[in-house]
Amino acid sequence: MVLKWLTGNPGSRTKRILWSVLLLLMCMAPLFMTPFRLGLLTKFLALAILAVGLDLIWGYGGILSLGHGVFFGLGAYAMAMYLKLEASGTSLPDFMSWSGVEGLPWFWEPFRSFPAALILGMLLPALLALILGFFTFRNRIVGVYFTILTQALVMIVVTLFVGKQEWTGGTNGLTGYPSILGFNLNTPSTKIGLYFITLAALAGAYVLCRRIVSSRVGQVLEASRDGENRVRFLGFDPSRYKTFAFAVSGGLAGLAGMLFVLQVGIISPSMMGIVPSIEMVLWVALGGRGTLIGAIIGTVLLNSAKTGISEAYPEGWLLVLGALFVIVVVLMPKGLVGVWSKVVSSLSRRGGTVHAAVRKEG
Amino acid sequence: MQPYAKKVDFSVPVRGEVREIGISPIVLSAEDITVTFGGFVAVNGMNLALRKNELHFLIGPNGAGKTTMLDVICGKTRPAAGRVLLGDGLDITKKRDYEIAGLGVGRKFQAPSIFANLSVKENLELTLDPDRSVFRALKVRRNRCTTFEMKKVLEQIGLPDRLHVRAGSLSHGEKQWLEIGMLLLQKPRLLLLDEPVAGMTDEETMKTGMLLQDIAKACSVVVVEHDMDFVRSFAAKVTVMHEGKLLKEGSMAEIQRDPMVAEVYLGKRRETNAQAAGH
Repeated sequence: MVLKWLTGNPGSRTKRILWSVLLLLMCMAPLFMTPFRLGLLTKFLALAILAVGLDLIWGYGGILSLGHGVFFGLGAYAMAMYLKLEASGTSLPDFMSWSGVEGLPWFWEPFRSFPAALILGMLLPALLALILGFFTFRNRIVGVYFTILTQALVMIVVTLFVGKQEWTGGTNGLTGYPSILGFNLNTPSTKIGLYFITLAALAGAYVLCRRIVSSRVGQVLEASRDGENRVRFLGFDPSRYKTFAFAVSGGLAGLAGMLFVLQVGIISPSMMGIVPSIEMVLWVALGGRGTLIGAIIGTVLLNSAKTGISEAYPEGWLLVLGALFVIVVVLMPKGLVGVWSKVVSSLSRRGGTVHAAVRKEG
Repeated sequence: MQPYAKKVDFSVPVRGEVREIGISPIVLSAEDITVTFGGFVAVNGMNLALRKNELHFLIGPNGAGKTTMLDVICGKTRPAAGRVLLGDGLDITKKRDYEIAGLGVGRKFQAPSIFANLSVKENLELTLDPDRSVFRALKVRRNRCTTFEMKKVLEQIGLPDRLHVRAGSLSHGEKQWLEIGMLLLQKPRLLLLDEPVAGMTDEETMKTGMLLQDIAKACSVVVVEHDMDFVRSFAAKVTVMHEGKLLKEGSMAEIQRDPMVAEVYLGKRRETNAQAAGH
């Protein structure tokens, strides 16, 4: 039932109450969490923004992207570049001097301004997704071929970032920035502020995606997932819808990257590579795709598990990850949300409730 | 072929029977269409004029190029030569498939291709709004109101009480009708249907025939069909294709009398010859 309220038709009163309680609980989190744990939660919520965007294209549009690390990375680098410049003051960023660069490269200039960095951190990944989407979807490159293309994109961008050490910090990435707009990133008060900003951003991302999928755009996305040809002969151009959704998804990944950097204080090419990109997809798969809320649940759960397991058994995580992947694919094709609604529906049927709690099959 | 030749307004349909071959305005004309698939000529200089209020059947033996002809009209296949003009003179030969659909040419493929995961209502909603742009679609909430038009179409296709059913759970016949309903909501000027009654029961076939006659009161309908009983019962006009070419066009009675048609299509000549030889 709980889940039905969270994912079902908008506007019901019980649902609104439930959301308010959840939001209130989230707002009170700083009261009963240590700054360290709060920082972790903030990081997970930031990643959940990406997961929601990923669910938009995968769960609803049937477009599997294994390249979201790139969009995430672009956002993260945009924020890191700003932070690095703020930390460096009037001198060149340290890694540039080590590489013998004389002056700041032209494309670093806009990142001196915080608002510009903020906008570019979402605009650049959205634009890249738009361009990639435009050319692939228009030429009817779908399914596995599209997925392979996104992997290729990851390879290209990572290679580029590693290779251009004097501009990007190479394999080390960008790190060594203690403050943002004068606030020390490590003080508890800044951490709490960032927590609320991240929470608000996640809520905004969720509402945006919820609005999209409950509009006709969501309907056309779902329809073209199930029968693209048919959609075309109904007069829709599915490539435009897909490109739009992909660009939104890319922009959200960028936003996630920006907030992520503020928590961890570093971004390097390995964090936008192929393995992280695949992990992102797993968050959505575990939570249950095509539900949006499942993406958030999956991200928070999997990342908590990752932190917990890595703390206890550093080697164990990858094994767990692999096992989880198999379990999800074989046993729970609709993820946790799917399992949950199955349980709820069988309970309510036994309880004699007439209306089924299962949402229509997605 | 003169697309503008006679502009007689037959938009007010005659009650009851669909009119026999009338001189109603041309909705679409395909001129000298040739289609080749890697050397194989599927359609060879075919001409076809489709008129308003006409239930037009396209028949012919397997491989005659009937379905290919529909594919050309709706933009799925590019012809090697020839052109397709709408009644108002607009050349749609080079337009993309979704643009052609947007201009009011609805295509129904042989297998039912409704969206199984959406409800009947959501399926119909998809085609309700003539504006198909992303930004328009962002503003429209799905599954909102049931419009008058939707109700009318639901009545017409005989599914008035199935509005909230998941489309995937409809029967084969109902799926086909739903798909026709989706096409109707786009207010088409021309409907292209590929063997709509294949796999239907006799009763469903009858119902579909009546539905098509009803639809033809408002637009032009072209049906590719193999079921000769069905063609005989409902055709107002029949075009016979053979080896990618036009063989004969006329009323069903005329077609049945035609010796050439009998020879290539019905194989009658050979039968009668064999009989003659036997006697």
